[in-house]
Amino acid sequence: MSLMLRCPHCGPRTIEEYVYGEIPVVPDSITDPNQRDVDFAFMKANRRGWTTERWFHLFGCRRWLTVERNTVTNQVRQPTSSS
Amino acid sequence: MNEFMEAQVRLSWQEARDSYDVVIIGGGGHGLATAYYLATRYGITNVAVVERGYIGSGNSGRNTTVIRANYGLPESVAFYQRSLELYRGLEAETDRWLMHNEMGLFWMTHTETGVRQEKMRAKLNTAMGAITDFVTPEEIHAMCPEIDLEGGGRYPVLGASYHPQGATARHDRVVWALAEGAMRHGVAVLQHRTVTGITMVGDRVTGVQTDHGPIGAGVIVSCVAGQSTLIADMVGLRLPIRSHPLQAFVTNHYQRTFNHIVASVDLATYVSQTARGEMLIGAEIDRQPSYSYQSSFDFLQSTAAKASMFLPFLKDLRILRQWGGVCDMSPDSSPVMGTTGIDGFYISTGWGTWGFKAIPAGGESMAELVATGETPDLIKPFRLSRFADDRVLADAGSSGTQQ
Ligand SMILES: Cc1cc2nc3c(=O)[nH]c(=O)nc-3n(C[C@H](O)[C@H](O)[C@H](O)COP(=O)(O)OP(=O)(O)OC[C@H]3O[C@@H](n4cnc5c(N)ncnc54)[C@H](O)[C@@H]3O)c2cc1C
Ligand SMILES: [Zn+2]
Repeated sequence: MSLMLRCPHCGPRTIEEYVYGEIPVVPDSITDPNQRDVDFAFMKANRRGWTTERWFHLFGCRRWLTVERNTVTNQVRQPTSSS
Repeated sequence: MNEFMEAQVRLSWQEARDSYDVVIIGGGGHGLATAYYLATRYGITNVAVVERGYIGSGNSGRNTTVIRANYGLPESVAFYQRSLELYRGLEAETDRWLMHNEMGLFWMTHTETGVRQEKMRAKLNTAMGAITDFVTPEEIHAMCPEIDLEGGGRYPVLGASYHPQGATARHDRVVWALAEGAMRHGVAVLQHRTVTGITMVGDRVTGVQTDHGPIGAGVIVSCVAGQSTLIADMVGLRLPIRSHPLQAFVTNHYQRTFNHIVASVDLATYVSQTARGEMLIGAEIDRQPSYSYQSSFDFLQSTAAKASMFLPFLKDLRILRQWGGVCDMSPDSSPVMGTTGIDGFYISTGWGTWGFKAIPAGGESMAELVATGETPDLIKPFRLSRFADDRVLADAGSSGTQQ
């Protein structure tokens, strides 16, 4: 089964309808402002396990939703909010 | 690996010692090639390759084995062409049959913009030493009549860049030949041993922790593809890498010889025939970043539909097997190789969906770096610090996948 995300506006839809949006978090340990910019632009947490991420419903209502997902099992917790 | 193959390639396993001059994490193609060239080119043999599963159990044993150098940037073409040439000599060098088969590759496009792009690619590749010609639909038909130039009525073939040296090789044989060559010189390959931590004194690495005890190391080279972030986390290093699954499948036996690699750039789908006669088909990465090896029905459905648009004979075949790997995608679709700013800690990653072809040149370059302490000119453009230096090497159009 392909991954399903439940859009609060359109209902459950396959991942193919969505575009991934990352929530970049620059670690506090990086203090140099230039280095923080580089980290923000390019570096990834790439977490193994539960993450919070944004998905854009491109082939649907074209709104963003927030999803919690486990990157090992692909288990999804219901969207916690929409905006 | 089965007993038969083990007898054939005469792998000699060793017990782990307390420490090595060089510890390579990951027994895939890149880790083993680095060990192989360290031993054969530089006589550096106090080396261990630490592998959590069996050698080749990662992407090096899961890929669609396309070897080509038709990239989009001068730096990339030069690097991949070096690798293509090393592959051409690898059977003679290792004295092993790797089923290396130069069948030629069609890199087809279905749009006017794509035609301009592929004409440009042909010029750039040729200038950099990677033979590539732009071919018209008529020329494509003459060479490969199986291709439907109408593209199923939806994706007409408007032309292709043709890369005659495009090849495939048997992936596990490549892995075993490199492992055997390294082991024959005394390199230790330690299977079923997972690196769980890295020890440091000040800014310098001193060894790895594993699930079977610690191993001291003068130098550590991380070659773990989709797991690279987890190793980098152990030394507090940030990487521009995101892990995405990539799937592939084979059909049952096609009872004819199909001696071409056919790829559609716009559909991000590619097809070749294995030595067993199966049709081997690959496409884009999964959308979600993930460490999961699970494959999906949707992939089969969408990829089968796309591939049979330009090769309609595929509709008469059945799907036999499907699998996936976890790919280390870089933001610019170029590899990330070399020093890291941490003393004694080197990385080879960003191999994404394109790193099988790069195994010989990647290993050769990393071996030179470890042996001499100098980054070879060939891989300087691919350094991790390029992101901070504003020297990103964007080449998504050559990667065969979309991000
Ligand atoms: C379906 C698919 C199709 C592809 N098609 C092509 C293609 O046609 N052409 C091409 O050029 N490339 C292709 N690729 C990409 C290519 O397979 C990879 O880029 C390449 O094999 C990477 O080699 P590697 O040695 O870096 O990684 P791997 O072969 O993945 O080796 C990494 C090894 O590290 C081990 N490891 C991980 N973590 C640890 C740890 N903590 N401790 C110890 N060991 C660890 C793993 O078990 C693994 O064996 C494809 C990939 C996939 C998945
Ligand atoms: Zn929606």
